[in-house]
Amino acid sequence: THEKALLDGEDDLCSCLPPPRSTKTRAPPIPFLLLTVRRAPSAPDRPLRPVAGGAPRNRAPVKGGGPRRSSRGAGDAETMPVAASAIYFLNLRGDVLINRLYRDDVGGNMVDAFRMHIMQTKELGTCPVRQIGGCSFLYMRISNVYIVIVVSSNANVSCAFKFVVEAVALFKSYFGGTFDEDAIRNNFVLIYELLDEIMDFGYPQNLSPEILKLYITQEGVRSPFSSKPSDKPVPNATLQVTGAVGWRREGLVYKKNEVFLDIVESVNLLMSSKGSVLRCDVTGKILMKCFLSGMPDLKLGLNDKIGLEKEAQLKSRPSKSGKTIELDDVTFHQCVNLTRFNSEKTVSFVPPDGEFELMKYRITEGVNLPFRVLPTIKELGRTRMEINVKVKSVFGAKMFALGVVVKVPVPKQTAKTSFQTTSGKAKYNASIDSLVWKIRKFPGQTEATMSAEVELISTMGEKKLANRPPIQMEFQVPMFTASGLRVRFLKVWEKSGYNTVEWVRYISRAGSYEIRC
Amino acid sequence: MSGHDSKYFSTTKKGEIPELKEELNSQYKDKRKDAVKKVIAAMTVGKDVSSLFTDVVNCMQTENLELKKLVYLYLINYAKSQPDLAILAVNTFVKDSQDPNPLIRALAVRTMGCIRVDKITEYLCDPLQRCLKDDDPYVRKTAAICVAKLYDINAELVEDRGFLEALKDLISDNNPMVVANAVAALAEIQDSSARPIFEITSHTLTKLLTALNECTEWGQVFILDSLSRYKATDARDAENIVERVTPRLQHANCAVVLSAVKIILLQMELITSTDVVRNLCKKMAPPLVTLLSAEPEIQYVALRNINLIVQKRPTILAHEIKVFFCKYNDPIYVKMEKLEIMIKLASDRNIDQVLLEFKEYATEVDVDFVRKAVRAIGRCAIKLERAAERCISVLLELIKIKVNYVVQEAIIVIKDIFRRYPNTYESIIATLCESLDTLDEPEAKASMIWIIGEYAERIDNADELLESFLDTFPEEPALVQLQLLTATVKLFLKKPTEGPQQMIQAVLNNATVETDNPDLRDRAYIYWRLLSTDPEAAKDVVLAEKPVISDDSNQLDSSLLDELLANISTLSSVYHKPPEAFVSRVKAAPRADDEEFADAGETGYSESPSQGVDGASPSSSTGTSSNVPVKQPAAAAAAVAAPIPDLLGDLMGLDNALVPVDEPTASSGPPLPVVLPSTTGQGLQISAQLVRRDGQIYYDISFENGTHGVLDGFMIQFNKNTFGLAAGGPLQVPPLQPGSSARTLLAMVFSQNVSPGAPNSLLQVAVKNNQQPVWYFSDKGLLHVFFGEDGKMERTSFLEAWKSLPDDNEFSKEYPNSVISSIDATVEHLAASNVFFIAKRKNANMDVLYLSAKVPRGIPFLIELTAAVGVPGAKCAVKTPNREFVPLFFEAMESLIN
Repeated sequence: THEKALLDGEDDLCSCLPPPRSTKTRAPPIPFLLLTVRRAPSAPDRPLRPVAGGAPRNRAPVKGGGPRRSSRGAGDAETMPVAASAIYFLNLRGDVLINRLYRDDVGGNMVDAFRMHIMQTKELGTCPVRQIGGCSFLYMRISNVYIVIVVSSNANVSCAFKFVVEAVALFKSYFGGTFDEDAIRNNFVLIYELLDEIMDFGYPQNLSPEILKLYITQEGVRSPFSSKPSDKPVPNATLQVTGAVGWRREGLVYKKNEVFLDIVESVNLLMSSKGSVLRCDVTGKILMKCFLSGMPDLKLGLNDKIGLEKEAQLKSRPSKSGKTIELDDVTFHQCVNLTRFNSEKTVSFVPPDGEFELMKYRITEGVNLPFRVLPTIKELGRTRMEINVKVKSVFGAKMFALGVVVKVPVPKQTAKTSFQTTSGKAKYNASIDSLVWKIRKFPGQTEATMSAEVELISTMGEKKLANRPPIQMEFQVPMFTASGLRVRFLKVWEKSGYNTVEWVRYISRAGSYEIRC
Repeated sequence: MSGHDSKYFSTTKKGEIPELKEELNSQYKDKRKDAVKKVIAAMTVGKDVSSLFTDVVNCMQTENLELKKLVYLYLINYAKSQPDLAILAVNTFVKDSQDPNPLIRALAVRTMGCIRVDKITEYLCDPLQRCLKDDDPYVRKTAAICVAKLYDINAELVEDRGFLEALKDLISDNNPMVVANAVAALAEIQDSSARPIFEITSHTLTKLLTALNECTEWGQVFILDSLSRYKATDARDAENIVERVTPRLQHANCAVVLSAVKIILLQMELITSTDVVRNLCKKMAPPLVTLLSAEPEIQYVALRNINLIVQKRPTILAHEIKVFFCKYNDPIYVKMEKLEIMIKLASDRNIDQVLLEFKEYATEVDVDFVRKAVRAIGRCAIKLERAAERCISVLLELIKIKVNYVVQEAIIVIKDIFRRYPNTYESIIATLCESLDTLDEPEAKASMIWIIGEYAERIDNADELLESFLDTFPEEPALVQLQLLTATVKLFLKKPTEGPQQMIQAVLNNATVETDNPDLRDRAYIYWRLLSTDPEAAKDVVLAEKPVISDDSNQLDSSLLDELLANISTLSSVYHKPPEAFVSRVKAAPRADDEEFADAGETGYSESPSQGVDGASPSSSTGTSSNVPVKQPAAAAAAVAAPIPDLLGDLMGLDNALVPVDEPTASSGPPLPVVLPSTTGQGLQISAQLVRRDGQIYYDISFENGTHGVLDGFMIQFNKNTFGLAAGGPLQVPPLQPGSSARTLLAMVFSQNVSPGAPNSLLQVAVKNNQQPVWYFSDKGLLHVFFGEDGKMERTSFLEAWKSLPDDNEFSKEYPNSVISSIDATVEHLAASNVFFIAKRKNANMDVLYLSAKVPRGIPFLIELTAAVGVPGAKCAVKTPNREFVPLFFEAMESLIN
């Protein structure tokens, strides 16, 4: 959806900046900014690998700290990292699309129990973890498919759900982006093959698409490992599956070495009807597309306060002034060296090839809200309402937002609506009981208003609740980060010393942007 | 890269199996491959294609990896049903395990481990031995897991062949993924063994911590989870571990983060420095909050865990209450959990903000959520004395909206607030009384009546208000009747005038003569007697000052909490139940030739009884854990029995031993007892009985079609019952021709649809078919069907349990007609029904047998059976923590020894 969302604004954008190469990816409509064009880094910048020696914590562990104790007492808790005894893919009717038993401890008929006691009851959707008989069912719905994991032991639930999420991402990457009933039916052989590979006896194994695609392909006959000598062999795929860099294969060669960084932020807001901010945060992610040869080491620098302070301290020189931000929390792709992040606050990693999510972060302090929404709703008697919504853009005047949608909930018994807007179009959408106001392009430092009159069918009986669902807003603002996050540098080091071109672009969009009214 | 496999699901009109057979034996490779794909497709949709076993296995010898994998998949599914034919595949497996291609070697070992056929297992050993030492780490990591598979099938073999040692060696492997899988395998083997196999020493600890930095995200989870067993020697050791684990909090994988949190929390117990602890708390908060931006299902798991963490260490998230504010589009299960945590984090500092949120939620659409929000306001009032008044004013505002279920819920919580702060807020009673007519839920009605009774002296028209309920007294639910009774008595004691006097007469009459509810009747008689003997004493009893209540709903006791925290991220932490309460796995008993060990278990360590030879089951043999599951139902029962905090309510709560027992049906012989005679069933006769086979409960049911037409489309449903027994699958009955009959075994499962109230053996069943109306009938599931295979107790634990139960819990019954002709035969007969023999002794000419049995939810029965051989008459005494089950037990015992 990311690329799709970005595509929407294509014609609105100036293309003064060099377009990125279009062979591997579709030309991104929002231009990347050239971050830096640098020579291969000189010696002092060389990241050390492996990092082990650098961390102060790698000294020998405390020895003889007391008698060693048995790891297991009588009433010890059973902790099993098992994630699944069986996994089922069902369609919405409950037909089995895929079933794979990993363990013997659940019966083959458990899927019937799931259908009878969860799918066909009101229970469906009330709780994703349920116990029936001796078995527990963990289920998720993804498009028109239920993925059900059955376990009978005290399994690791978060591991199980995360496995499903990752597996779906893997399937999508194999099926060209879609995951639904048809895709499953059309690829069931491949899915069985993958399920055999990514989980063994209920333990998740390597799920990196990049690596799996080396040796699990759709064309079984042309599998690189078929013993026919004519086939192109992939060197030591098995080492790569299990290796320390389990997410990147060796021997990649690109003519032009490039890295694209996308900083994508979701702005979440909950504002009270009186206009005070109840909760506001930004969850951002840094997506990376790498077209780099060999085994490069990368180092990313952001304008976060702690990172900068640490850097200044390490180089024993005062940190440069400028806007810094405070990250509440960061999580990293498995390629990032966490120990090193913990000690030096630098983000260093060997990236997977192609596209991946490098990191996620969360910020609550100092968020720049891109929009202010000021609703006034008047009820005129029992059958009429006057709704007035003013939206102000508070980002820079040179920027603009795209795809702005404001959804104002109205009562179910709405009969007639009429609108006046200063820009964009508004209409009444009965299926979601809302007035939907769309503005394609919204320049910064401007405001727009919608006034609507709503006529209601007068109702009998049934007392209606006092409050309405919140107004919801959708938008995206290119080249704007609500958090103020900036990429300061991205250093690439590879032993062959090639030059790299780094591109970066920013976009902020609405997460759950809700204004109570 | 999208495929077009869906064509394999389409079936042809001709007979499918013969056609597939032909294609599988085709001389063309592609045709064979397509045929195997069709077989797999048929297998997926649930068709039985086991008859093609030989033909499919013949396709196994192939160069084509994809085809090979498909055949292997088929083998995994059907080898068990065709063990003799499965042996055909062995040669190929063994050959493949020596293939130059490491992927094929690994595939062979991985698949062989999944085929649970004894004969194959023997052939697995040599390839496995080789693969554990393979040059290729991919093969080694697969072999590591395979050891765990083999242990599950044949533990003895694994130990004899030295696989455990080989597995331990893999912990030092230079490949992190091999290490991770070896750790997972060892942890699993340790779980199913009573012997110490996998001990984490400080040496392995170092290795594991190092591997942690290098292995995949899943490997990190395996390692972290097994590290959580390690008990640090001292504070320094603990700090060292924590320091190495803390960086994992930044991992993008939620399972890694939660497993890291688990270890940090466990080790924090040992850390003495308050600075370090405070610092750790600070570090854990952000990652926990970040989990709330994951998928809703993951959020749910995170929230259930945060609920536990907040109970143990409230400071961690004390300042983060805002992140638990509900989003409008959150799924209901996420909202409910967020609400629960908000109550836990509410404090004098943030209560205003929290109340605003609750008020907002109380006007949302989902009724359950709204109710919970209203209840949350009340719970905050009880928790925070200084905020009580603000809470009440919010509740009053909500009542004024006059949405029916909001009002009712508000009244229920206001009753609790009155109870917590007596004589403080009665000024609002007038407002409450305005809604009196709209109350239609028992709990709300009962609460309102309690309020009226409690404050009868201040409500001028209390007698009128109560009187308005009296007309419908017989039709009211028990809950309301009990409250009406108590409230009327209170009114009478406070205002002993004529009106109340007449009312009390009417109520007492209604509650004694006119009712068949023993709780109500007994309570009424007690009041009656109190009032007639000594009204002053009655005042002292009924109007006594009540103890202060506190909000401890959903608060876990500290030992359970600690156990759950050690299980963070697992099912246990989601259910808030200890693992034993929902996992029934039988531990492998130590082997017979381990005599030294077995002896030590019996004589040496009395505190670890699980190591005896008999210690086959984890829950019955470990003295400590067997108590835990017992607690659960007891607590649940108490919660049901006393929803209204009332002095006499508690007093009456002890009365559950008086269980109404239904008429016993005719005892059951081998032909099934008729449950629906053909006269009632318009020609259809149904006979059925609950039976237990191989640890699984089945409903053995037989249909006889005495009508003149075909009956088909049979379906079955069970009403809620004491054990939550429900059908495990659809009823498989073929269309019944006139005059024919069919018998089937329907597997039963335990669901959570447990009927409240006293246990009984009644099973209400509804059966329908396409031709007739729905038939309802009642069946009786005798208790012994529920006796579990894990009911065997060890002598010592039996004695301890017997002593630990108070004498009040002992019941006995005579069976005058039972004759025991041989002790051995009786013991054998009882053991077949999972009543296990423990010991016997002679007392004069009588034989005394000691036996044990156990029903689901971990309720044990300790039995003493006294009889003289050959002489009619037996006496059975039983001790159990759950006395409600005693009548059922005696009933079952009668059928067993007759």
